[in-house]
Amino acid sequence: MAKLTLPERELVEPGHLACQGCGAALAMRLFLKGTGPDTALVIPACCWAVIAGPMPTTCLKVPTAFSAFEATASVASGIKAGLRRTGRGETLVAGFAGDGGTADIGIQALSGAAERNEDMIYVCYDNEAYMNTGIQRSGSTLPGTWTTTTPAGVGKTTPKKDMPAIMAAHAIPYVATLNPSFPEDFVAKVKKAASMHGLRYLHVLADCPTGWKHDPSLMVKVGRLATTSHLWPLYEVVEGAYRVTWEPSNPTPLEEYLKLQGRFAGMSPAEVASLKKMVEERWKALKARTTTGTLATGSSPPSSATVAPVPSAPSPRAPAPASTSKMGPPAISATSRAEAAELPLCYKTAKRCDGSCGMLQPGGLCWELFALGPRHF
Amino acid sequence: MERSTGAPLPGGRGLYEVRFHGRGGQGTVIASVLLAEAAFHEGKGVQAFPFFGVERRGAPVVAHTRIADGQIRLACDVDRPDALIVMDPSLISSVAGPSLKALRPGGFALLNSSRSAKELGLSDVAGHVVCFDASTIAREHGLGSAASPIVNTVVLGAFSRLTGVVSWPSLRAAIEKKVPTKTEANIAAAQKAYTAKGSP
Amino acid sequence: MAAELLSGNQAVGEAVRLAKAQVVSAYPITPQTTIVEHLAELIGSRRLAADYITVESEHSAMAACIGASLAGARTFTATSSQGLALMHEMLHWASGQRAPIVMANVNRALAPPWNIWVDHSDSMSQRDTGWIQLYAETNQEALDTVLQAFRVAEDPSIMLPAMVMLDAFVLSHTYMPVELPDARVVDRFLPSFSPVEKLTPGSMQLFGSFSPPNLCFMELRSAMAEAMGRARGLLLRASKEYAELTGRPALGLVEEYRTEGADVVLLAAGSLAATARDAVDLLQNEGKRVGLVRVRAFRPFPEKEVRALGRRFGTLGVLDRAYSYGAGGPIASEVRAALYGLPRPPRVASFILGLGGRDVRPDDLVKLYRRLLRGETPKEEWVGLHAPAGGT
Repeated sequence: MAKLTLPERELVEPGHLACQGCGAALAMRLFLKGTGPDTALVIPACCWAVIAGPMPTTCLKVPTAFSAFEATASVASGIKAGLRRTGRGETLVAGFAGDGGTADIGIQALSGAAERNEDMIYVCYDNEAYMNTGIQRSGSTLPGTWTTTTPAGVGKTTPKKDMPAIMAAHAIPYVATLNPSFPEDFVAKVKKAASMHGLRYLHVLADCPTGWKHDPSLMVKVGRLATTSHLWPLYEVVEGAYRVTWEPSNPTPLEEYLKLQGRFAGMSPAEVASLKKMVEERWKALKARTTTGTLATGSSPPSSATVAPVPSAPSPRAPAPASTSKMGPPAISATSRAEAAELPLCYKTAKRCDGSCGMLQPGGLCWELFALGPRHF
Repeated sequence: MERSTGAPLPGGRGLYEVRFHGRGGQGTVIASVLLAEAAFHEGKGVQAFPFFGVERRGAPVVAHTRIADGQIRLACDVDRPDALIVMDPSLISSVAGPSLKALRPGGFALLNSSRSAKELGLSDVAGHVVCFDASTIAREHGLGSAASPIVNTVVLGAFSRLTGVVSWPSLRAAIEKKVPTKTEANIAAAQKAYTAKGSP
Repeated sequence: MAAELLSGNQAVGEAVRLAKAQVVSAYPITPQTTIVEHLAELIGSRRLAADYITVESEHSAMAACIGASLAGARTFTATSSQGLALMHEMLHWASGQRAPIVMANVNRALAPPWNIWVDHSDSMSQRDTGWIQLYAETNQEALDTVLQAFRVAEDPSIMLPAMVMLDAFVLSHTYMPVELPDARVVDRFLPSFSPVEKLTPGSMQLFGSFSPPNLCFMELRSAMAEAMGRARGLLLRASKEYAELTGRPALGLVEEYRTEGADVVLLAAGSLAATARDAVDLLQNEGKRVGLVRVRAFRPFPEKEVRALGRRFGTLGVLDRAYSYGAGGPIASEVRAALYGLPRPPRVASFILGLGGRDVRPDDLVKLYRRLLRGETPKEEWVGLHAPAGGT
């Protein structure tokens, strides 16, 4: 059995509010494994604005500023400047936005931040539609996809906006595509980005079983097929130089990926052929741009033996605290739930919650409960 | 502000209002600020403000200076100036008519022109009009280019001489404070306009 | 205290230097531009130790300011008109996340048609965003008010953002004498920003996560309302302390000019008040019993002060340089609301004037005073229209 090389420390607590099989939840978990605890997050309107939990609870063990849909990159720019001016400039600031908040409404602020080369990591978790609002098409939706705003008769006919290419065109230090079904490649890229300065853009595939219409248990498999079919190639762009970080030795047919998902059920053979053509063209164009060759190939997700090595450039930030010696994810922590339930005063009784009203939800969340801090959230 | 107050202002209103007409790039707005600075130096209440239209190089620009014995509160345009300063010869034909009519009784116009008021067809208001070739003095001192000399400090030298509203030392101090480039050339040019023979 | 000839925008820039702002994020718009240019120069010449985030829009300017403020930095921005309108969404975020940003807004009309000149419709449109709103009458006051705004906004009992208004061109680009307070005096008045809470690496903090109906949303809004109420007292205190330290006059939420014995007073905000002072002087020289009340704070609204005016004067004329379509002049509406229930309320006339930079001269206001003295108190009248438009 291959040796597990991912950092064991969990910075996403159990008890989050994501759907079963949520790729975005796994993406956050892997992302924070890569960055470590000295991180501040900005989350705009998106699934993660809900996943983290209602006030005053959170599953995130890093400070998080929520903000408006289009404001991620700008708020992150301000937080970085504010931390720098108050003597805490080493903290990594990261934006974590969906595809709508990135490719559509947030692209102006992101482009501005990229042009200024702000010191942040910007993560776009791409579930290829507005999932938080109930599956509406975005600029990142694949042609032929069913969404609630592209039903039969309307359709999605235009190509998916190529965000990594747009970001690479800003000549920023680092652009990479990531896929949670390839966790070691994922975390290696996050660590590499975290070791750099300037704007680093990570484009993450984020399966949404609810919107993609497949069984949640298939999330990892669907993710693998996305990459083995060349639909979601894994590559990075370092100072303009392209490199494919993992390449399937035996690519799988795109149809295998499509047929697992209800969102593609309405595609005609012509639409499938057209999408295949687009995928292959983008793959060929990517290969043509690749200057430094591929690092790994295989028919299965990479193990630690085949994952791209992380450059040994020392991190300018504080080293992550030592992880526990336990293998695998830690058990769900009962104390962290209890802490959440003990924190607030009850809105109705003005006393500490004892759960007797029956409004306490599994995971320590209470819909009648809140804590009004001295100031704000 | 504990400063001595200079000579009484002309016009007897305790308020003296100047309107500058120039073209974008000639230093018209700076001229209004320099005049205010010089009067401020003498302990007067002052205000300087451009009329902001579409500010473009070469487009007509209007700026105003108000000088008073006391604090100025007015926050409106100058409609009846005591003095009119036209910095660009090409503006005389368009500006002179309406603006000369708006002058207060006893007011006067200082026009940057190598021609006389009579030659300019302004003989009906002669006596109120002083023509003065500021462009040549500016060129001699290397201010601006030969084609478009920057005449703001030169016209202020002449204005100071003509009106005594601000003294030469005050004007000089204002130029030293607010003109960071070619300061000495500007002072020399303004002084020439203030003292030279043939100066109005 | 040294006096300098400064434009309104330069005065604002100098106030930001004296306040030692740590982060500035702004986007240029006429007539605010010379503020951001002045700040860039101050930062470039190391006279202001601040990060300057040159964003791609006003929306991002405000978003970046919020981030910096949450991180605990003293934060400033400036805008005008369309820029303020574009910020609208983030203005709510700033107050809701209790980020005590100070912003100078150079009051300019909103398009269409394009118009870069003064009126108050930009800031009046933002009155419900949870920002303190203060209107300056002179360049001196623009400087003083920026410093006082930081003091009040950052007070632990307030923690709300504040907007300082100055009129386009009439103040922003007009050079006037301005006394610069000594830097050490400002340091005493305005110590460095140290919020009770700020974004802290390693913590599990949340800033603005979601709150369903039965959680704390309404309570947080109520807390904002209470803080805005407290800002009344804090503004008065800050103004008084500033006056004691600098020797400048202490200004209230409203300021009265020659109101003693007056039968008729005009209420005005911004540089209109300066023009009205001249009109009052002219009429008092004739023995007319007229006075002026300047509205310095619009948010929080000086309700108590206005009610007191209602008990003292028979006729109030309200000048509005903005309009709420379907309702009326914003200040007039709130003045009338504040007077509701007084046993013998004064008559209130509403005048809409000076929109889009239309010149207002002392003579224009003398005419209004004379009409009010004659007992003409129109419910609403647009002053200075080229062609008559409808009734009142």
